[in-house]
Amino acid sequence: MPILVIAEHENGAIAPATLNTVAAAAKIGGDIHVLVAGQNAGAVGEAAAKIAGVAKVLVADNAAYAHQLPENVAPLVAELASGYSHVLAAATSNGKNILPRVAAQLDVDQISEIISVESADTFKRPIYAGNAIATVQSSAAIKVITVRATGFDAVAAEGGSAAVESVSAAHDAGKSSFVSEELAKSDRPELTAAKIVVSGGRGMQNGDNFKHLYALADKLGAAVGASRAAVDAGFVPNDMQVGQTGKIVAPQLYIAVGISGAIQHLAGMKDSKVIVAINKDEEAPIFQVADYGLVADLFEAVPELEKLV
Amino acid sequence: MKVLVAVKRVVDYNVKVRVKADNSGVDLANVKMSMNPFCEIAVEEAVRLKEKGVATEIVVVSIGPTTAQEQLRTALALGADRAILVESADELTSLAVAKLLKAVVDKEQPQLVILGKQAIDSDNNQTGQMLAALSGYAQGTFASKVEVSGDKVAVTREIDGGLQTVSLSLPAIVTTDLRLNEPRYASLPNIMKAKKKPLEVLTPDALGVSTSSTNKTLKVEAPAARSAGIKVKSVAELVEKLKNEAKVI
Repeated sequence: MPILVIAEHENGAIAPATLNTVAAAAKIGGDIHVLVAGQNAGAVGEAAAKIAGVAKVLVADNAAYAHQLPENVAPLVAELASGYSHVLAAATSNGKNILPRVAAQLDVDQISEIISVESADTFKRPIYAGNAIATVQSSAAIKVITVRATGFDAVAAEGGSAAVESVSAAHDAGKSSFVSEELAKSDRPELTAAKIVVSGGRGMQNGDNFKHLYALADKLGAAVGASRAAVDAGFVPNDMQVGQTGKIVAPQLYIAVGISGAIQHLAGMKDSKVIVAINKDEEAPIFQVADYGLVADLFEAVPELEKLV
Repeated sequence: MKVLVAVKRVVDYNVKVRVKADNSGVDLANVKMSMNPFCEIAVEEAVRLKEKGVATEIVVVSIGPTTAQEQLRTALALGADRAILVESADELTSLAVAKLLKAVVDKEQPQLVILGKQAIDSDNNQTGQMLAALSGYAQGTFASKVEVSGDKVAVTREIDGGLQTVSLSLPAIVTTDLRLNEPRYASLPNIMKAKKKPLEVLTPDALGVSTSSTNKTLKVEAPAARSAGIKVKSVAELVEKLKNEAKVI
């Protein structure tokens, strides 16, 4: 049976995490269908049809699916799921919001945030903030799974030529409505997709000092992240938080500045290829995972680093 | 209105857990256990709703071993009025917990159910959403602000790009994110008073709920360790290593 992937999209474009989710589906094996649910979702459907490896795109275009309200989208997915062996979504805030609701409607257990596919019914996922890796087998007729994007290399966004089919089913539970959205604006690359991430922690002392990190990030083409301590202290907005309860990143290079390295933070970045730590406390736990550690005052080291790269 | 809060007993968030040598799970013998941090935030929010005069009664529920009574007593000391323990020694999946909670919701008929967004042991982030599906209620997940007015609740949610506000019809399910509030500490007199508050013990059988699962954990391993790195002496040396050795810039 084919596999259904729920597309993540915003502002008329496919979100990068969808490409990693399709890659996970390809590892399971079988035809891959992508569902695009939304309002005025036609253009997104066309974009989804070009993703490499996708056999069919289903477009559910309805005002009820605007803003991806789970009360309306979950019944749609649950209705479509009967024809599929697996239902996959990216472990983004949207995927995490909708998919457990689908699983409960189907009366099956969900497997959250898989990082590898062992076979069509067996998957690996981190537990205890990434301090243990569980291998989980599902006997459910329809396997409902969220995919950690950093665990899978994205498939190509171009090159496919899937058929696009429209889905007429309209579910409007009438229990919830969208009120407003307040999105943080940034010209830098998206945190979870960036090749280089520069993160600041409590050691930055205040929000104004993050300008040193922004300058360095702009020179490197990097995204800027933060530890929970920096977010809680109000230095930066919370969508910059890297960690167990924030975003999970796995860039080529992660530069941790003024971050001690609590296990909750490490859970969000320890799969980075190369980790650099700049901290004046040489006992900081971050040095235990850093490939290159520099014991120095960040207010001297970061501007110097910016000059040299 | 009546508010139901679900709490979970988990390994304390400061503990660095170890995987058992036989790969059957994580070693929890003689490890400090606490209330899941997101559940503390859920209890705090319910107590604040009561202090504002919105909530009239707070019922706190936990599903787990007998020892979970400790966490229920903590919630009572923080301001919950009474507690329910659904006792089960088995390790339950989120769906089984959601089904048991649904049975408690049917019995108690709360207007608002508050849960944490995820437990720090299983890291599932499923139970609240599943309970919402089973009960047919609207869900406000990853809440950083909750405002009840009339028969609606406005929930500001933390989403990947920022914040989103939705309006839900009551009864509804809310799951808490870190920034919703800062939980208070229980005072000694309140801890003493909590010992006298009612705590009812139920079983899955009594609730008529099957806790069978479609998921099976085959093994639990330690994550691959990172090889030890080196300390560089200067920024110049760092840049040289990143350029020529790691080749990442």
